[in-house]
Amino acid sequence: MVLVFIDVAEGHVKKASFEVLTYGAKLAEQLSTTAEGIVLGSVTEDLSALGKYGVKKIYQVNNETLDHFDSQVYTNVIAQVAQATGARVIVFSNNVDGKAVAPRVSARLKAGLVSGAVGLPDTSNGFVVKKNVFSGKAFANISLTTEIKIISLSPNAYKIEETVGSAEVVPFNANVPSSKTKVTAVNKVSGEVPLTEAEIVVSAGRGMKGPENWGIVEDLAHALHAALACSRPVADAHWRPHNEHVGQTGIAIAPNLYIAIGISGAIQHLAGVNRSKVIVVINKDPEAPFFKAADYGIVGDAFEVVPKLTEAIKKIRGAA
Amino acid sequence: MKILVCISKTPDTTAKIAFTSNNTKFDAAGVQWIINPYDEWYSLVRAIELKEADASTIIHLVNVGLADVEPIIRKALALGGDEAIRVNTDSHDSFYVASQIAAIVKQGAYDLVFTGKETIDYNGSAIGGMLAELLELPYISLATKFDLAGSKATVSREIEGGEEICEVELPVVVSCAKGVAEQRIPNMRGIMAARTKPLKVVEPVAADVLTNVQSFGLPPAKAGVKLVAPDNVDELARLLREEAKMI
Repeated sequence: MVLVFIDVAEGHVKKASFEVLTYGAKLAEQLSTTAEGIVLGSVTEDLSALGKYGVKKIYQVNNETLDHFDSQVYTNVIAQVAQATGARVIVFSNNVDGKAVAPRVSARLKAGLVSGAVGLPDTSNGFVVKKNVFSGKAFANISLTTEIKIISLSPNAYKIEETVGSAEVVPFNANVPSSKTKVTAVNKVSGEVPLTEAEIVVSAGRGMKGPENWGIVEDLAHALHAALACSRPVADAHWRPHNEHVGQTGIAIAPNLYIAIGISGAIQHLAGVNRSKVIVVINKDPEAPFFKAADYGIVGDAFEVVPKLTEAIKKIRGAA
Repeated sequence: MKILVCISKTPDTTAKIAFTSNNTKFDAAGVQWIINPYDEWYSLVRAIELKEADASTIIHLVNVGLADVEPIIRKALALGGDEAIRVNTDSHDSFYVASQIAAIVKQGAYDLVFTGKETIDYNGSAIGGMLAELLELPYISLATKFDLAGSKATVSREIEGGEEICEVELPVVVSCAKGVAEQRIPNMRGIMAARTKPLKVVEPVAADVLTNVQSFGLPPAKAGVKLVAPDNVDELARLLREEAKMI
């Protein structure tokens, strides 16, 4: 059985969970077994609807301790469910929670872990999972031979697929230990698409000359329903908040479309965005290294090009 | 107060990535090795700051690796830290490395263990979590701020679209990301002092290896940029819609 960890925030199922559910269902099909889900804590949404991603059964452990994320408690409970249900593969999203829990579960169950997987395993001869290494500059094929295997899937690496179906929600009575961590505050930037989950990201750099010029960048992002990002110098100069900084030291992202405005494309920046499916670069310097990594580019002044692009997108989207 | 800072050796950020032996080994020819940036800039520097605030703090560095890592360990000691421990073995995989460090933590009775958020070579982000589980300790990952008051730590961690602040009693394992501290440059006094700081070599404990790298590969090269004239922006929108099918 393939057990999929369904990650939840404030009672809502995260988008990354739809990806791992789809992935888990496909993997189960490949292994001629079933995919089941596990969710910890209370959820305000209808869990049975998650059956449309291909899972037949969802185990829910309802206990108020689990309404706060604690990797130690979560690991304990996930291991109980995995052992009771005979899970052979456990799938996580390699998002912030997955990065904290998957390695713990791996150590607890002595189950080999591939973190940051980018596709289904090759099971023609063993169990080999492809993942990114060297900050996206290469990949590695990792062989797992342990009885239980753990895959932590890169966000936005696997396309969500919906079919028709409903999952049976089964309450699971686990022994939930008390948490040694106490969450005292959660500060969220409200109403915005989280960067790591965004399909389109509009990012700008020093070429914007100052924080007062971000209006045209925001307009473009708005027209595309995109998340905003920025380069390191921009975050370091406090033109934009640090949580928008993408790159090697900031957040690594892999959206479908990444639009870089006035960013030269230093190797450290590329390390955080080179897994984007399509990259558009707008820069007035034709020698900017970013053009080498781009799919589309405009050599021109951002202050003229960006508002025009916003208008063109509004027009083309409006016409559709 | 005893802090253990985990240090890893990685190829320089700008190193050219290539493989040898039929794509099964990293090609180290001509590669400049550095301290994994997250280990150096964030966890090590934060540990040093904690020692500056409380001089009774003891900082040990640990690395799991062969003798060729020693120049990197000395470089880390030049920034700060009282002594270093090298576990004399190849690093194999995350679980193996975490098992070695767990043995060191148990022996040394550390109150706080810092790792970087991930290494820039394998990008596993796994050592901290595995280590915490082996030691049955709480683990705060992707910390962006770390403060200590007595035995209580207050840690901010990155979450989707924001941050979460939590409190935890020591001992704890923390993986450090940007925000925890600012990069420092070692000074001459530090470099001189590092030469005589103890660097203990210990032999590995028996531990399992759970994963094996079968092969490496490079992503297919980009087809090349398609340039659109700045007075023809509509064409870019059209290409993004009709060719790339992105908007």
